[in-house]
Amino acid sequence: MRHILSVLLENESGALARVVGLFAQRGYNIDSLTVAATEDPTISRLTLVTRGDDQVIEQITKQLHKLIEVVKLADLSESAHIERELMMVKVKTTAEQREEVKRCADIFRGQIIDITANTYTIQVVGTSDKLEAFIQALNGTQILETVRSGVSGISRGERTLSL
Amino acid sequence: MTSQNTQPELLSGGAMLIRALADEGVEYVYGYPGGAVLHIYDAMFQQHQVKHVLVRHEQAATHMADAYARASGKAGVVLVTSGPGATNAVTGIATAYMDSIPMVVICGQVMSHLIGDDAFQETDMLGISRPIVKHNMSVRRPEDIPYLVKKAFYIAQSGRPGPVVLDIPKDMTIPSQKFPYEYPKDIKLRSYNPNAKGHPGQIKKALTTLLAAKKPVLYSGGGVILGQASEELTTLARKLNIPVTNTLMGLGAYPASDPQFIGMLGMHGSYEANQVMHNADVIFAVGARFDDRVTNATKKFCPNATIIHIDIDPASISKTVNAHIPIVGLVKPVLQEMLQQLEKNQGQLDQQALGHWWQQIQQWREVHGGRYEQSAAHLKPQAVIEAVHRHTKGDAYVTSDVGQHQMFAAQYYKFDKPNRWINSGGLGTMGFGLPAAMGVKLHYPEAEVVCVTGEGSIQMNIQELSTCKQYGLNVKIINLNNGYLGMVKQWQDMNYDSRYSSSYMDSLPDFVKLAEAYGHVGIRVTKAEELEPALERAFALKDKLVFLDIHVDPTEHVYPMQIPGGAMNEMFLSKTERT
Ligand SMILES: Cc1ncc(C[n+]2csc(CCOP(=O)(O)OP(=O)(O)O)c2C)c(N)n1
Ligand SMILES: [Mg+2]
Repeated sequence: MRHILSVLLENESGALARVVGLFAQRGYNIDSLTVAATEDPTISRLTLVTRGDDQVIEQITKQLHKLIEVVKLADLSESAHIERELMMVKVKTTAEQREEVKRCADIFRGQIIDITANTYTIQVVGTSDKLEAFIQALNGTQILETVRSGVSGISRGERTLSL
Repeated sequence: MTSQNTQPELLSGGAMLIRALADEGVEYVYGYPGGAVLHIYDAMFQQHQVKHVLVRHEQAATHMADAYARASGKAGVVLVTSGPGATNAVTGIATAYMDSIPMVVICGQVMSHLIGDDAFQETDMLGISRPIVKHNMSVRRPEDIPYLVKKAFYIAQSGRPGPVVLDIPKDMTIPSQKFPYEYPKDIKLRSYNPNAKGHPGQIKKALTTLLAAKKPVLYSGGGVILGQASEELTTLARKLNIPVTNTLMGLGAYPASDPQFIGMLGMHGSYEANQVMHNADVIFAVGARFDDRVTNATKKFCPNATIIHIDIDPASISKTVNAHIPIVGLVKPVLQEMLQQLEKNQGQLDQQALGHWWQQIQQWREVHGGRYEQSAAHLKPQAVIEAVHRHTKGDAYVTSDVGQHQMFAAQYYKFDKPNRWINSGGLGTMGFGLPAAMGVKLHYPEAEVVCVTGEGSIQMNIQELSTCKQYGLNVKIINLNNGYLGMVKQWQDMNYDSRYSSSYMDSLPDFVKLAEAYGHVGIRVTKAEELEPALERAFALKDKLVFLDIHVDPTEHVYPMQIPGGAMNEMFLSKTERT
């Protein structure tokens, strides 16, 4: 099962290495990982997508809790939540393809954020599934480069992960 | 005038470090100097509160600190230089980590501006030690040193204890740069709140389940010793009249001479302990972690048991074996709460069922009963341990190395008190025994301290005989010399048709002469009749380190031994018998 873990971490050097090291040492998967400071500069928020059965996920959350710099954490996938990922795709576009690529980007609510004579750079935001679907939809177009931010997530409604 | 008196004293980073250790109540630091810690060593020289013990290899410093912690319950302190000094300490840090031993390791580091340049004696000690520490930190500003020392001790000693590494770049300790010194009284971290008391509802549920049991067993581990709860454990077990088994790490938490004690469990546990576990209907696990050396194949583990598990570390609960009633908390307050609840409701087990259970246990006891083959040709290692037990009246601190001798010590030295049995259970570190004995002897100079070792293990830190001479650490070394890496040989006998691939140690030194060369007494024992007089003499020599080189049966195996891949109660009982 896929899980999205949100972790509040002391914003100290070495803290991130400890989290990543934990996953490597104990053989847990990381599908994606994003981290940045929050509105409180002493705290970073890390979003981590991982996979495993219930027992593995329970161990992961317990082991994360044991790290001294982990302040709080939540498994977002346990309740209603919103997830977003940002992707930028640079594609080769011949004159004939341009119209088609633009229409495809529009369908996915993507934006063309850079243009050269031979390329389009498209930005798409959404769930990881949607980004994958967009790549599928570009079928026939030559993709030069893709870059994805990794998943960020937040719970719906009043529920928050904060100090 | 008064305002001047209350001004904090100005100290250099190095002096602050030493003062902070003194304020923390540290008496001894074990270490080895080098470039990156010279300022600190100079600060050490200029005061008399904190004493330094110079080992001969940094690994020994860590084991000394570790064993001091195991015997006293307080964190041991190590001081090493950057680079090779720090990497030499790694095995000892990992040893402490695996057994949850509180320890503070102070490592020098190259100057801040050189970090990352592959400077002379630079290693990324924070990176190297990360997977084997409870926490590690580096000093960025000298004025933070008192706070970081406090934090290091707090983390090392609270909750589930463990080693903490403090990395100090050389420029943090420059003698001429002084800062106001104040040692924090206490400390609170928003991200770390270790001292759980246990949920009263869960404790009640646990007690109800335990009282309803017909075939209960109390399985206790190192957590009871670390949590200083053996009194509570013993009281509770006696009140309920239930059988008690201890893990390798938990020996002494319940008195071995008590009739309710059924021995150690696990790979080389007693026949009765492993049978009791396998057939139990309720397993009450206290400060134990269902390690693979205990459970054997987890799929076949104790099929009929409801498991109650007390542990301070939630990650230890349901990690390898699912716990039905988990209780997260320090064992001492949880057991106290349990005793109170028991007092209140005056509960008792079904006495008839319990009677049947004890009858069954009695039958199991008679099956193997710790017997071992007698031999006319050779001294038996088990007999040596029994003799050492007699000569020390069962009251010594016993440290060990790793191998067959370790298991014989665990099986045949009947520990009646906690903190007396000091061995590397989790990591299984050969080379632990001698420095561990030194760490205990330094703090308990009046106590009898015995190191049970093998001719393989002792050579991993033999150089410490020199440190023993320097500090008058008169431990007794019982070298169970079987001429082999015995435990390796045993596996080769059992699984590799006795192909002794690199398990034969030829060209062994003359240990008697070696001991003498270091200024100690060496005694060799090769025949059974020499044993008693040799022990007599050794223990009478109070102010001497005595190295007893005792030649024991090279063919002996450790039994019982669980059959790999089997259930807890599937065991070899001797070279020719199995369950
Ligand atoms: C540092 C280290 N290296 C290797 C091992 C693997 N090992 C476990 S027991 C053992 C043999 C120990 O021999 P000895 O000290 O003579 O003890 P004996 O088993 O003969 O009593 C070895 C090599 C270990 N535990 N630790
Ligand atoms: Mg040997």
